[in-house]
Amino acid sequence: MKVSIDPERCQGHGRCFSIAPGLFDSDDYGNGFAIGDGVVAAADEELARLAQANCPEHAVLIEE
Amino acid sequence: MTTDITKPPVEDFATDWDHTDPTWVKNPYPIWDELRERCPVAHTDRYGGGWFPVTHELVSEIANDTDHYTSRTVVIGNGRPGDDAPPAPIGVVPPISSDPPFHAIARRIILPALAPRPVNALEPRIRQLCNDLLDKVEQQEIVNGSSDYAQFIPANVIEALLGLPEEDEDLFRHFIHVALEGVDEPDPEKRMEMFAPIEEYLTKVIEDRMVNPGDDLVTYLLNVEVEGHKLAPEHIFGTVVLVLIAGIDTTWSAIGASLYHLASHPEDRQRLVDDPDLIPTAIEEFLRFYAPVSMARLVKEDFDFHGCPMKKDDWILLGFPAANRDPEAFEDADKFIIDREVNRHLAFGLGIHRCAGSNLARLEMRVALEEFLRRFPNFELVDDAQVTWSQGQVRGPRNLPLRIIK
Repeated sequence: MKVSIDPERCQGHGRCFSIAPGLFDSDDYGNGFAIGDGVVAAADEELARLAQANCPEHAVLIEE
Repeated sequence: MTTDITKPPVEDFATDWDHTDPTWVKNPYPIWDELRERCPVAHTDRYGGGWFPVTHELVSEIANDTDHYTSRTVVIGNGRPGDDAPPAPIGVVPPISSDPPFHAIARRIILPALAPRPVNALEPRIRQLCNDLLDKVEQQEIVNGSSDYAQFIPANVIEALLGLPEEDEDLFRHFIHVALEGVDEPDPEKRMEMFAPIEEYLTKVIEDRMVNPGDDLVTYLLNVEVEGHKLAPEHIFGTVVLVLIAGIDTTWSAIGASLYHLASHPEDRQRLVDDPDLIPTAIEEFLRFYAPVSMARLVKEDFDFHGCPMKKDDWILLGFPAANRDPEAFEDADKFIIDREVNRHLAFGLGIHRCAGSNLARLEMRVALEEFLRRFPNFELVDDAQVTWSQGQVRGPRNLPLRIIK
């Protein structure tokens, strides 16, 4: 699994990096981004899905 | 807030809604549930004419549609704004009152000051403040969750953000009170009169910071440059006013509503006492279930919205709290579920106007609840009938007597 943030959709609600701080971080404007190459360890897949399900802007993208 | 006693009571909210009607102020949720069944967009001739979408889908659609709606006025006034409303795209309090493309510039200016890292640096100050407030009421059997506690937290944080001197605290509190009343004052002339002393004070603060720069938002706004140009004085002033009016009664309401819930739901209160790590998850449910803020938009030009003949300058009441109770968008939408894991609520709005202070609001809520529950793990409402809720576009408890059980 690989996660990313669609910067066109992200409005900086901050749900992704609050729910999954190991997978996402915030930039200087408070917008989210995926840490590193976005590859998710198997143990964190549920957290990634939770971050996606909580983004009000549907900006969290998951590739499987 | 301002009440027009000559207004007739509402008989049918689908055709004559009024967000200041006493029935709505006391308990709006059954009204919204009924409207959702009957018509997803309610209409009123009050306030010069307006629309109120009740579903998550339609609220989202309008929040994201800056082609058909303008934000130049976000608080409903007594009539059609016409030429009284300042012209888009800047508005008087950028960026909340701004439209694209200017909006993006104004928003990019303030976001870094309200991003998680600078905001989180305020946590020790907020924790200290909460403890100071709790020290004051520790011996009391009855504590007012709103006027003894919730109210002071955002006010103090805004003082810190603006770098106001401690000796101005009482004066600032007075201004906050006047400003929040003024936002709801429908007569523009009266509103200007009310804001005049605040304008004078804030102008002095800005002038002072020009010669005595500090580590605060005013200094930041004075120094920030957009394409090599400093901000216009009215832009700096407008953003300072915005911070003052948008950052206080909103968070005050959110903290108060959370305490109201915990006082009336002992099982949820006990759960957070036993497991404080659940507080961030619970906060999202407090925000969904008791979302304090509704925003307004104006229709830009006549157009048909899903069969509703919207006219230029009609009001839109953008009911984020109503959207948060839509069963199409949330499982068991009418139930408060303290550990709700999937919670795509709209308490901070949606799209380009997402509340810029949301990181700050969440931090204040978390620290306020952690400290209150640590000090008073057991409390209850003195009497639900004594609890009063604010009227207008920000909803929260204003009188909240809590009995502390030792």
